[in-house]
Amino acid sequence: MMDVGRHPKIKLLTNSKVESIKGYVGNFDVKVLKRTRYVDETQCTACGDCAEVCPVVVPDEYQQGLSSRKAIYIPFPQAVPSASLIDMESCLGTNPIACGKCAEKCDKKCIDYDAKDETLEFKVGTVIVATGMDVFDPVILQEYGYTKYENVVTSMEFERLLSAGGPSDGHFIRPTDRKRPKTVGFVQCVGSRCEKIGKPYCSNICCMNTIKDTLLLKDHYPDIQAKVFYIDIRAFGKGFEDLFKRSKEAGVQYIRGIPGEIAEDPKSRNLKVMVEDTTSNKIEEHEFDMMVLSVGVTPRLDMPEVQQLLTLSKTPDGFFMEAHPKLKPVDAPSTGIYFAGCAEAPKDVKDSVTQASAAAARAETLLSAGKVKLEAITSTLNTDLCRYCATCSRVCPYGAFTVDPKKKTISYIEALCKGCGTCAAECRFGALTMKHFTDEQLITQIDAHLAEDPQEKVVVFACNWCSYAGADTCGGARLQYPPNQRLIRTMCSGRVDEKFVLHAFKKGAPMVVVSGCHYVDCHYIDANRWTQKRVEKLWDKLEKWEIRPERLLLEWISAAEGQRFQKTMQDIEELRKKVTKDEIEHTIKVLTEEEEKAKAKKKK
Amino acid sequence: MPKDDLKIGVFVCECGTNIAGSVDIDTVVEDAKKLGNVVYSTKNRYMCSEPGQAEIKKAIKEEKLDRVIVAACSPRMHEPTFRECVASVGMNPYLVDMANIREQCSWVHMGNREAATTKAKDIMKAYVARARYLQPQDEKEIPVEKATLVIGGGIAGMQSALDLADAGYQVYLVEKEPSLGGLMSKLAKTYPTMDCAI
Repeated sequence: MMDVGRHPKIKLLTNSKVESIKGYVGNFDVKVLKRTRYVDETQCTACGDCAEVCPVVVPDEYQQGLSSRKAIYIPFPQAVPSASLIDMESCLGTNPIACGKCAEKCDKKCIDYDAKDETLEFKVGTVIVATGMDVFDPVILQEYGYTKYENVVTSMEFERLLSAGGPSDGHFIRPTDRKRPKTVGFVQCVGSRCEKIGKPYCSNICCMNTIKDTLLLKDHYPDIQAKVFYIDIRAFGKGFEDLFKRSKEAGVQYIRGIPGEIAEDPKSRNLKVMVEDTTSNKIEEHEFDMMVLSVGVTPRLDMPEVQQLLTLSKTPDGFFMEAHPKLKPVDAPSTGIYFAGCAEAPKDVKDSVTQASAAAARAETLLSAGKVKLEAITSTLNTDLCRYCATCSRVCPYGAFTVDPKKKTISYIEALCKGCGTCAAECRFGALTMKHFTDEQLITQIDAHLAEDPQEKVVVFACNWCSYAGADTCGGARLQYPPNQRLIRTMCSGRVDEKFVLHAFKKGAPMVVVSGCHYVDCHYIDANRWTQKRVEKLWDKLEKWEIRPERLLLEWISAAEGQRFQKTMQDIEELRKKVTKDEIEHTIKVLTEEEEKAKAKKKK
Repeated sequence: MPKDDLKIGVFVCECGTNIAGSVDIDTVVEDAKKLGNVVYSTKNRYMCSEPGQAEIKKAIKEEKLDRVIVAACSPRMHEPTFRECVASVGMNPYLVDMANIREQCSWVHMGNREAATTKAKDIMKAYVARARYLQPQDEKEIPVEKATLVIGGGIAGMQSALDLADAGYQVYLVEKEPSLGGLMSKLAKTYPTMDCAI
């Protein structure tokens, strides 16, 4: 922390908030609001005289509310910057008549009640998102009696009770009688691996944290009895199994089973649990002086703010989504933005540091090059054709469009475009053209494939990253399938315009397949969501025209799923054989009529 | 609309027996010659090899080709190779396209030479048709401001900031709370070293 505070190349802005980030890779304009501390941090010596005279006492956040601080305070002894600040919400007032004791006491005269917030603006080339995590609040799990029974604490509170700088100066005591507990029970997976409360994921750190806690307890107080209730102990990291073994050797008892409920003996304030030990299949009763809820990791409550600033996406568990789960685990989907630590997923210290260094290295790749090549395959906008309907801004996964339908304005930052082509597929006015995958280019491919014996052929649209790659994997493994399919490559399934599908049918294709990445794998954040919507709409239309919707398939095939590609192609061939000549003729007739109707409407 | 006098070259790869084993290469080469705008069509044992690439470069210069179609393996494999190849003789790299007749044809229809050849021809034709509409593209380069914004001053943010600052780049570290440290600073001890968190 000290190294960061005094580094000549780091401008440290604490008590601050990023207000806006505009621009794109290499060229972000950042605006930061630096909230005043009401204490000049360059002058304050952190002597603490001010806090001594402050009459306001409030719960201390750093100590998890287990002790108190003043309205003017230093967050914790080792805080960086090492300076006091005033919590204005608790302070009696800026009016010296109301109080003003601290300002009177300060020798260096660095307290200024009228200090104002500052706004700073600067330019950066890359951004690292290291916004961290929140700890799960177990209040909603009423069965554990957290806050109802004082001797039930969370693992975070337990940390403070064990800390030399904690509210009890490192003496381990339980809250009700301030006596040292002789028996301590730990409950694992509180707020993790629990579908019921919408936290189905493993929080990664809690098993090892509890093992650490039991070892600390046993090191300090060998006579303490500690028991851990768990589902599985996940001690998977380097040296972790060793710690787990040491904990067991130190006499900590591990019981496979999670207590259904914690009850308090009102007299002794001790805690009783009933648990089924699933290794012995016996119901057991245990009593403890104190119980620790090993709470999980949750996405930060204020995550949506940062998400909006940088147009980021979240995975279903609520953490930020990386560009690719295997190959780009540090990059955000937008170039020049990287993740470090728990913002991306729950991590322990080592993994956070590892990812942080990786994020720095990824950022450095751009910074040291000093320039960045932009995607050549992007959309282009013809403002003359735009009707300001704002569809593009709704579908673009990267927020490249800003449209004001009332004022009839559109702004498009091409540098933000990654080339999925969803906008071009959705724009009804032809104002957007996807370079290298234009309408003409794709339609001419369809025509060429269906020029001869169209009734024999299946037109398959495949996205570059997953389905096309899946077809390649299938080939690499020499998995055979009928030779009737004709593949057309797009960068994303989001590019597959309704008119391409209808064109293929009009040209006599018995079957059309739209294929893309599985939902979470989309290389353009969530562009394939629009593919699905579009295909669903098409199914309705086909039905209306009495064309069997089953002739249009939507398939998600990943790059690794060669076998799935093969199976899909085999199944489709069977479906193709069932499409009759009459059906194809009817389709061509209906679609030709529809096209003429549309043309006539346009002329009007 | 494409220019009428556009000159397209088609280069069909045998890939040893990988493609030639299932596809009648000569038929594909001859069929290409019959297509509009195609002024040159040939085959090579390995199009990606030095001699194969040399043949493409030579044809671009001598036949004054505007577009190149390489009917070979997947573009996911060799698109960068052929883009570099044509760029070295001054053609825009986006004017070469690859018709995948290996992974998506010869390798998946082994033992059905007739159907595989028909499919290979279709794929080649579709790419020749597409070639008429190909346009040169620019890979624009933009400068990168040599500074980084790190949002969050916990252990991860601090580590990233220090690494970048030590490398000599300007770092702006923004922390919401009044002190650095984040959640980790509240921990009594950390595993696996069992030492102090601060």
